Amino acid sequence: MGSTNSTLLKIPNVEVLMQETGFSPAHIIRLHDRFKALDKEGRGHLCPHDFGAIKELAMNPIGDRIIGAFFSPGKETVDFHTFVKILAHFRPVDKDRPKEPNSPEPINSRSNKLKFAFQLYDQDKDGKISRDELLQVLRAMLGMQVTDEQLESIADRTIQEADLDRDDAISFEEFRKSLEKINIDHKMSIRFLR
Amino acid sequence: MFFDQQKSVMAFLQHFALLLALIIVFSTSCKAVTLEVGSVEVGYNDSSKSSATEDTSTSINGSTDGHAPSVISTLPIVTWKWHHIETPYLVALWILTCWLCKLVCELNHNVTSVIPESGLLIILGFILGGIIWGADKAQTFKLIPVNFFYYLLPQIVLDASYCMPNKLFFSNLGAILIHAIIGTCWNAATVGTALWACYEGGAMGTLNIGPLQFLLFGALISAVDPVAVIAVFEEVHVNEVLYILVFGESLLNDGVTVVLYNVFDAFVSLGGLKINAAEIVKGIVSFFVVAFGGSFLGVVFAILISMLTRVTKNVQVIEAGFIIVLGYLSYLTAEMLSLSAILSITFCGVCCQKYINANMDEKSVTTLRYTLKVMANGSETMIFVFLGVSAIDKNIWVWNTGFILLTIFFVVVFRFIGVFFLNWVLNQSRLIPIDITDQFVMAYGGLRGAVAYGLAALLDEKKIPEKNLMLGTTLIVVYFTVILQGITMKPLVQWLKVKRAAHSDLKLIEKLNNRAFDHILAAVEDICGRIGDNWWTRGWNRFEENYISWLLMKPKARKNRDYLFSIFHKLNLEDAINYVSEGERQGSLAFSRSDEAANVDFKKQFGSEFADVMPNIMVDMSNYELGIEHFSVTSIVKDTIPSVSLDIHGQDRKNAMDDINAHHLLQQHLYRSRKHHRHKYSRSHFSINQNEDEVQEIFQRTMRSRLESFKSTKMGVNPAKKITKHHKKELTHKMPNGHPDGTGHLYGDEVDIAVGSETGAINSTFMRDTYTVGAGIENPVFLPDMDSPTHSPPWLMETEAVAPSQRAQRRLPWTPNRLRRLAPMRISTCSTDSFLMADVSLTLEEHEEHSQTDHVEMRQVFD
Repeated sequence: MGSTNSTLLKIPNVEVLMQETGFSPAHIIRLHDRFKALDKEGRGHLCPHDFGAIKELAMNPIGDRIIGAFFSPGKETVDFHTFVKILAHFRPVDKDRPKEPNSPEPINSRSNKLKFAFQLYDQDKDGKISRDELLQVLRAMLGMQVTDEQLESIADRTIQEADLDRDDAISFEEFRKSLEKINIDHKMSIRFLR
Repeated sequence: MFFDQQKSVMAFLQHFALLLALIIVFSTSCKAVTLEVGSVEVGYNDSSKSSATEDTSTSINGSTDGHAPSVISTLPIVTWKWHHIETPYLVALWILTCWLCKLVCELNHNVTSVIPESGLLIILGFILGGIIWGADKAQTFKLIPVNFFYYLLPQIVLDASYCMPNKLFFSNLGAILIHAIIGTCWNAATVGTALWACYEGGAMGTLNIGPLQFLLFGALISAVDPVAVIAVFEEVHVNEVLYILVFGESLLNDGVTVVLYNVFDAFVSLGGLKINAAEIVKGIVSFFVVAFGGSFLGVVFAILISMLTRVTKNVQVIEAGFIIVLGYLSYLTAEMLSLSAILSITFCGVCCQKYINANMDEKSVTTLRYTLKVMANGSETMIFVFLGVSAIDKNIWVWNTGFILLTIFFVVVFRFIGVFFLNWVLNQSRLIPIDITDQFVMAYGGLRGAVAYGLAALLDEKKIPEKNLMLGTTLIVVYFTVILQGITMKPLVQWLKVKRAAHSDLKLIEKLNNRAFDHILAAVEDICGRIGDNWWTRGWNRFEENYISWLLMKPKARKNRDYLFSIFHKLNLEDAINYVSEGERQGSLAFSRSDEAANVDFKKQFGSEFADVMPNIMVDMSNYELGIEHFSVTSIVKDTIPSVSLDIHGQDRKNAMDDINAHHLLQQHLYRSRKHHRHKYSRSHFSINQNEDEVQEIFQRTMRSRLESFKSTKMGVNPAKKITKHHKKELTHKMPNGHPDGTGHLYGDEVDIAVGSETGAINSTFMRDTYTVGAGIENPVFLPDMDSPTHSPPWLMETEAVAPSQRAQRRLPWTPNRLRRLAPMRISTCSTDSFLMADVSLTLEEHEEHSQTDHVEMRQVFD
């Protein structure tokens, strides 16, 4: 118990962080350990190449985009707070928790989870997934198995399915609508973060 | 309304009278036989004498001798040879009778919507049993365990496992196994013990049953029957997780029950005194060996089947047969090795489905699917009918109120306790907990069925003196659960507001994002540095892709199997078919005429019809809307209309030039004109009869080839689909060439009513427009006044001329209209791995139902 507290004490503003993310102290400590392990040089923040060192992540077809999601535009580093907040997107929704009327929308809400997914596509941050952006993701995920022509037609079809205002791009609203039927809580949650 | 009902009742009575007549004729013939030969053993007839089988053979031999005397005085022209064909004849007659029962049940949807079909079949079985009893004064026919376990059950299990939503099954395998193994053991133990305790307490008077026999009874009564469960849950459409939990559990639980039954049976034979700790340990060990050994054997057979289908492409016609035979062999082999046969065939089906679907030809997959459905549905029907028939037998009814009532009580109560406790344990670690209403339905869905009855009938009277009491009680429990719980299930699900299955359209974007989510979750797990579910999933997928697929899949199938692409391909085909059937319905399929017009017209006309939803084809939408292109488009439409007719034979007589063109064109599209058509019969090659199927022939081939080249310009986008939805209902009434059957039934009456009332007003106006334009089946060639009023405003034309029936005939002609047992896939579109191949249309139909309600809103958009 003593060690738990001492670890927690080392993290600045840990109370606020727990409040915002809904993580338990055990989670915070675990994530902090992981953070320190990733931060091999002990600078207190992580750089993209720290993530790149994770072997499995390097093999992930959209790994670089996910790494990119940890870094806000223009920044080269991510500190522990941001790190935890990003991961909090993947905390399962807890139904038992009493909902305070004035509290802001939790990070792991449905629309925040979707936003996280959306920004992986939307690399130029214009609030829309253009055909090219979609094509890039498709190319990464489908890889060698299909030809470029096929990829393009898949991308077209996908856009058509979601595109309500016919601007040949998917806005977040359209993205959300097209995935209405999907149980996002299920698909974008990780069990051990509960 | 009243008249309707009366009419259907009349129809019902007529059919029923027919059935009765048949039965009476048949049962009197049986009676004649029985009088003549004495105790006759036919397929389902068991006079519960172990030597009956021998009797049959001897009696049949004897009678043949009698009928064909060695010395004949004159040459007989015809002879009466009943005894030659007696057994197969009776079997066939019974099959026919049972299926007719099903037909009778399905006649009236008002009844089936209240009482589940399984319950009705049992009730009809009572009636049949009564007739036989009346004729024979004894129960000559009943379900005997050998027939049930060897000839009726295997195909049901194989079908269920082959159609199992694989992904869903394996992702919930933990929960299913816990429920199936621990839950079953819990039920068996508690029901047995509690009954024994009550017996000791004096609640049942004096019975000759020891504690071990009670446990044995507890084991056999704890079999939750997949047949009954599927039959009921399929009509209820619960959400997919609940469905797979109940379905998977009931399937595996049967296997576990049989194992448990055998262990207890061995204990009973051993006698209470000889049982010591060592024997109990042996019993537990044998339980696991039998259960897991059976499952393992099933996996081995699955591997065999998959490898076999790699090389069967030259014998395509019997390809599907291999799966059935090998599946059956896996069942029998397990039985031979005294492993769990049900578990063996279950795992065989679940494991091999992915590979055989990839390896075999698409036609073979459909064949297999269909054959399994026929067999499973057929034997399921027979089982239920015979469950009813078997009841009408004086011998088995030994009434003991205490025993029977307490059994029902304990069965229900312990099921509830077990399910709630196990779910509570599981919920501690589940990502999405099973909520309380789902748990309730799960517990309530513990229907007992034929497996329990079969096991009870297997009991040895020498070892268990009260066999008949147990048998009778089992039957009562079966009736109680199937009929009573079956009837109350639907209202209960509605009342508890259990989450229903969400019918979602097959959408590329959903599949794409599912893929993306998988990658994201795997990445986040890596970042967190923990080994979680996704790590395992990914590891397995990689292993599967690299090694298992390499071993079990044809190289060709391996190459071309990216999931997203196959979905895309399917959607494409689907749209192509819709487009053609729509065009044909309107009689304006431009590309079936001249070469030159074919390519161009396709594009143009397509554009004119779909321009609003097809920004890619009509490159410049604004132009179109401003009417700049309007003139040319309509003129093309007008030009092409005279040349459209599918009825080419009429025209090619007129004009020699046309004739050449037509032939050229037909050849190009691999379409044979009617006068050249010959009937061919070949045992090993099956070709579609063009005469009947020329319509689908045309659209399949033509569209396949054409759409390949138009891939980038996809058609049939959502808005167009949505407008068309509600017409389907109308079309089935108005169009003789639609598919009137199936619609009402598939969707259930309540949907129709709901949609009807909601959209009635709009329909009436909308449909009027529609039918002046599209005009059902009539060929526009014969509609000279097509052009002026309806074509002039393009926006009107797009919405209303195209709308009515783009999907009206969308159901593929070869697609089963009513494969009702495909429910697993209907409910779970996300585990589409194996189902998508053949059943896309089915899923989509589901959506139509769903999106019918959307059309009001969509229409406003278009207005």
